[in-house]
Amino acid sequence: MKALALFKKDWQSEMRTRYAINALAMFILVTISVIMFSIGQEKISPHLTGGLLWVVIFFSAMSGLSRAFVSEEERGTTLTLQLIAAPTTVFNGKLIFNLVLVFIMNFAITILYSLLFESFTVNNMPLFIVAFIFGSLGIAISSTVIAAIISKASGKGTLYPVLSFPILLPLILTLLEITKFAIDGVTISESVVEIASLISYDVIMLTAGYLLFDFIWKD
Amino acid sequence: MTNYTLKADAVTQIFGRRLIFDNINFEFKSGNVYGLAGHNGSGKSTLAKIIADIIAPTRGKIIHKLNEEEIASEKLHNHMGFVSPYLVLYDEFSAEENLKHFAKIRGTEFDTERVNFLFNEFDIYNRRKDLMKGYSSGMKQRIKFIFALLHSPELLLLDEPTSNLDNEGKDAVYKMIKNVSEKSLVIVASNEETDLSLCTEILEIEKFKPNK
Repeated sequence: MKALALFKKDWQSEMRTRYAINALAMFILVTISVIMFSIGQEKISPHLTGGLLWVVIFFSAMSGLSRAFVSEEERGTTLTLQLIAAPTTVFNGKLIFNLVLVFIMNFAITILYSLLFESFTVNNMPLFIVAFIFGSLGIAISSTVIAAIISKASGKGTLYPVLSFPILLPLILTLLEITKFAIDGVTISESVVEIASLISYDVIMLTAGYLLFDFIWKD
Repeated sequence: MTNYTLKADAVTQIFGRRLIFDNINFEFKSGNVYGLAGHNGSGKSTLAKIIADIIAPTRGKIIHKLNEEEIASEKLHNHMGFVSPYLVLYDEFSAEENLKHFAKIRGTEFDTERVNFLFNEFDIYNRRKDLMKGYSSGMKQRIKFIFALLHSPELLLLDEPTSNLDNEGKDAVYKMIKNVSEKSLVIVASNEETDLSLCTEILEIEKFKPNK
């Protein structure tokens, strides 16, 4: 409940300041437009569009998800949070906020993508939905942990994608593989290894987040 | 009166190669006002942050006890109120919205009667629904006292409590310190003589410097 109250505070604050949502919306529009202009009249393969989908999602996440902690640090309200909540509450609250943002962002990107790219055809929708759900979870969890780390550092804007790349790479590679399977119409039972890797990644990152957050949160 | 004790056990703080203070020991009890005194840069705010468990000391430890039972670090925020010039509330919310959010995040009920009483005490009731970004620095400082007192803490830690306040604001703070110290433990970190005149005991941080 306390974490939910922190999420409500963050959401209300976001609705008034539009720190993250504007950044995400602009990035999604610009990136998809650039891809469309680059492709032009060319006919690209479904596998390539599937890959590009996760590239757009990865870079969009980089542009907006760090705000959960960075905005607190930049405004000087980190101390206020430290005085009203236990570290676990803060982590949970920020995680819920990033989860909501990631799911909205990924849903918007996928819908736009499906409408604008004819070659993006998924033949096994349930498999794609599994990748979408666990992939979004993984991105939200990792982004929350990384955002907490970089919020204390200088050069936050540069550090976030640099630190995110090696941490998110195993996730993105697995998602690319599962998306390829979904486009090819491979069944879920034939993709068990990849799905297990995806879920394992989420569980490992969540556990690491809870173990590390106390140390990250306190100076 | 609550039985709150605060004990510093050989607390030392070093930033980089600079020793801020060395081997501070004290035991503070509820029902008193204690002062942390020293010139600018002496380490008053650093010691206040260590007491509030915001930063960890280089050596030594701070022990908070309520009714002889040690308070765990992750639960300390429920027992402590903190005011300082570097504490920042959310500008995009009104004072009342800020306090409502804080009460919910703490997991406590928002006591409208108590909050309105505190708004009146600090003479800010009529501005409680205005966004904080429109507040003067003195008004923001007054809201911080309400923030600190909202959950009726057993320990009240005040770092430079009267900064940015006019004479009326200072009087309200002194009156509040006297009232709260009847039941709770109050610590004032300041170099203002009027602030320190309220204290029953003053800890001179300069005495814990290596060259003193």
